[in-house]
Amino acid sequence: MGSLLSQISAVVAMNIRSLPKRLWMSLAMVIASAVVVAILLAFLAMARGFEATLEGAGSDNVAIFTRSGSASEINSTVTREQVNLVGDAPGVLKEGNTPQVSAELYVILDGIKKSSQTEANLPLRGLDVTGVGMRKGFEIQQGRMFTPGTNEMVVGAGVASQFEGFSVGSELRFGKNVWTVVGIFGTGGNVFESEAWADAKVIQSLYNRGSSYQTIRARIESSASIDAIRDYIAQDPRLNLDVETEASFFAEQGKQLRYMAFFGLFISVVMALGALAGALNTMYTSVAERTGEIATLRALGFSNLSAFAGTLAEAMLLAAAGGLLGALAAFLLFDGMSASTLGGSFTQVVFSFELSTDLVARGMVMALVIGLLSGLFPAWRASRIPVVAAFRANG
Amino acid sequence: MASETLYDLKAISKKFTRGKETITIFESLDLQIKKGDFVAIMGPSGSGKTTLLNMLGGVDQPSGGEILFDGKRVDNLGEGDLARWRANNIGFIFQFYNLMPMLNAARNVELPLLLTKLNKKQRNQFVETALTLVGLADRAKHMPGEMSGGQQQRVAIARAIVSDPKLILCDEPTGDLDRTTADEILEMLQILNRDHGKTIVMVTHDPRAAKYAGRTLHLDKGAFVEREAEIV
Ligand SMILES: Nc1ncnc2c1ncn2[C@@H]1O[C@H](COP(=O)(O)OP(=O)(O)O)[C@@H](O)[C@H]1O
Ligand SMILES: [Mg+2]
Repeated sequence: MGSLLSQISAVVAMNIRSLPKRLWMSLAMVIASAVVVAILLAFLAMARGFEATLEGAGSDNVAIFTRSGSASEINSTVTREQVNLVGDAPGVLKEGNTPQVSAELYVILDGIKKSSQTEANLPLRGLDVTGVGMRKGFEIQQGRMFTPGTNEMVVGAGVASQFEGFSVGSELRFGKNVWTVVGIFGTGGNVFESEAWADAKVIQSLYNRGSSYQTIRARIESSASIDAIRDYIAQDPRLNLDVETEASFFAEQGKQLRYMAFFGLFISVVMALGALAGALNTMYTSVAERTGEIATLRALGFSNLSAFAGTLAEAMLLAAAGGLLGALAAFLLFDGMSASTLGGSFTQVVFSFELSTDLVARGMVMALVIGLLSGLFPAWRASRIPVVAAFRANG
Repeated sequence: MASETLYDLKAISKKFTRGKETITIFESLDLQIKKGDFVAIMGPSGSGKTTLLNMLGGVDQPSGGEILFDGKRVDNLGEGDLARWRANNIGFIFQFYNLMPMLNAARNVELPLLLTKLNKKQRNQFVETALTLVGLADRAKHMPGEMSGGQQQRVAIARAIVSDPKLILCDEPTGDLDRTTADEILEMLQILNRDHGKTIVMVTHDPRAAKYAGRTLHLDKGAFVEREAEIV
């Protein structure tokens, strides 16, 4: 007997050739699965981009100190004395006699988002040259670094692209303070690009912070030093601080925002159910329309497996076509697109959608699942069509 | 002489259940068909002609009794075996031709050959031979929709004979055709029977169609009344 494969491929080819008869229904199925895949990919790409933004920021060789229980940089305060004590902690690196410690401030500015023309918060970080040196991949992309002791700021590339008015040379008024943007910096796409930076001392005086800061960063030998530092803090009542590596600090914040991926998945699944209902309808109609043809082929000796496989293949093909279309749409619409969302400290985190091949693969899996589920039951029905139907075909 | 007998139906019964109702089509039907016969089965509408043909073709199962084909029981075969048996032994011709509308004449005729081991080139040769036999060699590339009813039925005949089955089963093969075209088709069946040795079982309610057959069976109330056909 001829191979089952040639039967199946003949039936699949016939089904495909008869698609124009069911053009609109088939097209609707393609588009429905395309929309599902595009939306899924948009969310996945967004979550991926967001994670990359936060994870890329944290270093294992930097410890971040915040006031006990403050959880985020904005809620924390530290004193000058604590900064000095941290400098003497075990595992904190020194250059000559100078501990590699960066005392930083973190205040909020109001900006106008270009995309929505609405007000949104962005962080202004006060630091010095030691702090700047702790940021991996830091580079001035335009203009120059701020001059210590002046009302100059540099802004991250994300801020410059997402907010109004942060171009090099522009003067900005926040409250009674006037700042001049003198440069735009990059840090490899991570969360620091969503910040504006200025001299910590200038911020202390403009914002009446006296000699206090908000967080301390310190270069450490390795992430293993954290335990020793914790012991050191525990033994000194003046140091009511939390400490962790910068990497785990940001990873923790990233986790809080995983809801985005879950939300996306949820939306996609709901939409997929809708698409599935439509696809099932399309496929049942297809089987009903082909009843005479299927029965005739069966009368000629074609196996019922070929009827099953032919129907399933049609469903998978339509869904896969939709998947590819959706992936293409997602790629054209979203890939590399920048967006911003509320980050850990109620400030905007700018990130870009990252559509990678493994995400596209996940989208295709979703499309194929739609195809499989919408094809399975109609295919079963197709395989159960009685051969006698051939003698009733048309009449 | 068992070897002369193609079909042997022994005490066939057939019942349909429709809801709570049971309709008995055949109580106990016996029938023998010899190899090389051209049998016309006639009878009023609803007398069970199609049901009988379906059972002969292994498309429907009897409720009781035995069907022997070439000395072997076929009424108890499973679906897969039946499909293979049909592919190897039977060509079907339907009232409404049952061509695949998206395939041209040649690809329609090729369908039964997809179930064989023949390669593409061999298949094309067989298709050409079959289409030539029904006088449609020049229509190989035409789609069913571009052909007349008579031409479509000729394509269907080519499809029925392309894999050289012993037996051709036809259900009202001329039921949808005008007189002249019907005669053409019936002549073609006669040639297949006389010159190519095909056994043909044809269901029809057209008395003229029966004239082409060597043997006519009248089915009425679940039993046969046999008459010899007049010589045309
Ligand atoms: N699948 C079925 N279910 C119930 N009744 C059927 C079925 N097929 C045929 N019948 C009944 O069996 C009888 C014979 O049908 P059929 O063999 O098609 O007759 P014919 O071909 O001689 O017109 C009819 O009364 C028909 O309604
Ligand atoms: Mg009938």
